[in-house]
Amino acid sequence: MADNTVLKVDELCTHYLTSDGEVKALDDASFELERGKSIGVAGESGCGKSTLAFSLLNQVQPPGQIMSGSINLDGIEVTELSEKEARKKIRWKKISMVFQGAMEIMTPVYTVGHQMVEPLKYHKGIEGEEARNICERYLELVNLDGSIFDRYPHELSGGQKQRVVIATALLLEPNMVILDEPTTALDVVVEARIMNDLKRLKKELDISMMFITHDLSILAEVSDDLAIMYAGWIVEHGSASKIYSDPKHPYTEKLMAAIPDIRTDIDRLEYIPGVPPNLVNPPSGCRFHPRCHKAMEVCREMEPKVHEVDGVRVKCHLYSEDESIAESEEASYETAYEDEAAAETYEGEKGKETEDVFEEETEMEA
Amino acid sequence: MAKPLFRARNLTKHFEVTQGLMQKLRRKERQIVRAVDGIDFDIYWKRNFSIVGESGCGKTTVGKLMMRLLDPTDGKMYMKDKDITELKSREELKAYRRQTQIIYQDPFSALDPRDRIRTILEEPLRIHNLGDTREERTDMVHEALEEVRLTPPEKFLRRYPHMLSGGQKQRVSLARAMILNPDFVVADEPVSMLDVSVRAEVLNLMKDLIDEEDVTYFYITHDISTTRFFTDYIGVMYLGDMVEKGRVSDVLDNPAHPYTQALLVAVPEPDPDRVRGMKQLPISGEIPSGTDVPSGCRFHPRCPHAKDICSEKEPEEREVEDEHTAKCHFAGEIDFDLDVAK
Repeated sequence: MADNTVLKVDELCTHYLTSDGEVKALDDASFELERGKSIGVAGESGCGKSTLAFSLLNQVQPPGQIMSGSINLDGIEVTELSEKEARKKIRWKKISMVFQGAMEIMTPVYTVGHQMVEPLKYHKGIEGEEARNICERYLELVNLDGSIFDRYPHELSGGQKQRVVIATALLLEPNMVILDEPTTALDVVVEARIMNDLKRLKKELDISMMFITHDLSILAEVSDDLAIMYAGWIVEHGSASKIYSDPKHPYTEKLMAAIPDIRTDIDRLEYIPGVPPNLVNPPSGCRFHPRCHKAMEVCREMEPKVHEVDGVRVKCHLYSEDESIAESEEASYETAYEDEAAAETYEGEKGKETEDVFEEETEMEA
Repeated sequence: MAKPLFRARNLTKHFEVTQGLMQKLRRKERQIVRAVDGIDFDIYWKRNFSIVGESGCGKTTVGKLMMRLLDPTDGKMYMKDKDITELKSREELKAYRRQTQIIYQDPFSALDPRDRIRTILEEPLRIHNLGDTREERTDMVHEALEEVRLTPPEKFLRRYPHMLSGGQKQRVSLARAMILNPDFVVADEPVSMLDVSVRAEVLNLMKDLIDEEDVTYFYITHDISTTRFFTDYIGVMYLGDMVEKGRVSDVLDNPAHPYTQALLVAVPEPDPDRVRGMKQLPISGEIPSGTDVPSGCRFHPRCPHAKDICSEKEPEEREVEDEHTAKCHFAGEIDFDLDVAK
């Protein structure tokens, strides 16, 4: 492991053991992150991006469980920590997280300061005037006035609240911060300013950041690396500028095309037909094949390997060195492009069951 | 040019802030929120109109006024030359609302979780006494589902909203609006809760329905990047006033008001090579409260080009080019290049 690597994730699998079966929310995720760099994780809802974040904190909620793989965070093997050790050793100190909808995360009955000092109090035993000084310094770092310390959350605007949450996440000087959809609820102007601040903080404090979002256009501004997720897999991972200029995986290609451009007149927007699969019973072979516009015969049968193309890691048969695979016949089965319903047949056993129940109910009604 | 389908003249809505007993006893002056402050616009048949702005600028209030869900404080609205601000009785309003429908932002809470899709779609038919027999109504529901590409319709009729994905739910909302064959649909942030890929799908569908169903949309959004694709005209709102309006390609290529320029710079750029450094944002601060609208031009405290006149005199609407106006003393004189600004 290189000296400046902060995080190394290797073949991480996190599954949810539900009564309907094992939900394979995260499968075989591997990536590294260097100090002072940022990675953007993008994908549709339900693709496992939040599960990845919770796994890194060793905070997967039951029935979720890290099944296998390793997470090496600054020399500490996170997967082996008990809950108590994780709280003591890594959370806030090594890695902290800014949650989705951070605006509602603060308790309305306490002042901002009261809530901000908590990590200082419990992790470092710092209280009183000293804690206040530290908090005010961090508030100023995120472009807020120190006097916000004494205000109540309802007195702040959405952008200000988001900044307070970011400042709190930085208090114990972690090596890495995870930001889960940090600006989705904010207006464009405020969003752009917070993104500017995050870029500056990354440089000034030399910390690593992980951005989680479904909106690729935001990630372009802040990430050095990019990981595109689909149905629990990282399907493409590499340098952001390479992926943006030349997306390799058909899924990435479509995600990029779905971003509207304000400069040119267009008649239609690209989109990906169908819905993401149910992960209790994911599609055979490549999990994306029912919605893929480049699907081949082999995609239904065989899980693709990760191929390195031009420095970017792509999990797709199109880039296989084995020619018989790379030049497999075009798919004979119907993908969502021809028939949206075809892609939905992968909804899994549960979907079928409920529909049966429906039939019965209606019969009874009659 | 053809006659407008919908006209708003000096449309105004002021809300009074509720006072507590003590404030009343002390005879404190009543505070007024100027949510919509005298705006004019025309919407033409099958030419979508979008309204953009930050939260709190009054865009949703405009939508509600147009649906007559709120009563305007002042001003007039005309639908096909009929004065709709004069509609008073239940029957008149009911007839008006058959022609105009609304789609809300959050498909997760706009559909009753206890009703099946069939019941949800039949409700507008029941209210407006459409379809004589059950079979007739079933046919109409089928047709509406097919219109929004939820096929085969039989598969969806008996489902509950929680069994659908976000995009499918929003398409059910759309079907519920379309089942009455409205002329006019107010779409209040219809795609902001959806994933980017699904967003495109729903917008494409809504665009197809313009010709298929002869419908015109009033599209309310904070996401300026989708307006170019979806609409023909755009109005930019700031603190209750429409500061710039015109054809969408004119306004976006040649924004005349400094606020529109700032909004355009703030749009995230999906190209890392273009946004290496910090973004130079021309405006600072946040939108002020509607109770305390600044004097003169309401944008002047945040405006990078503000001069003395801006705090003294409210700007008139100035024509920048044909069908493109901006409420700024210096409209047309401020140069703007999106690529240089980044």
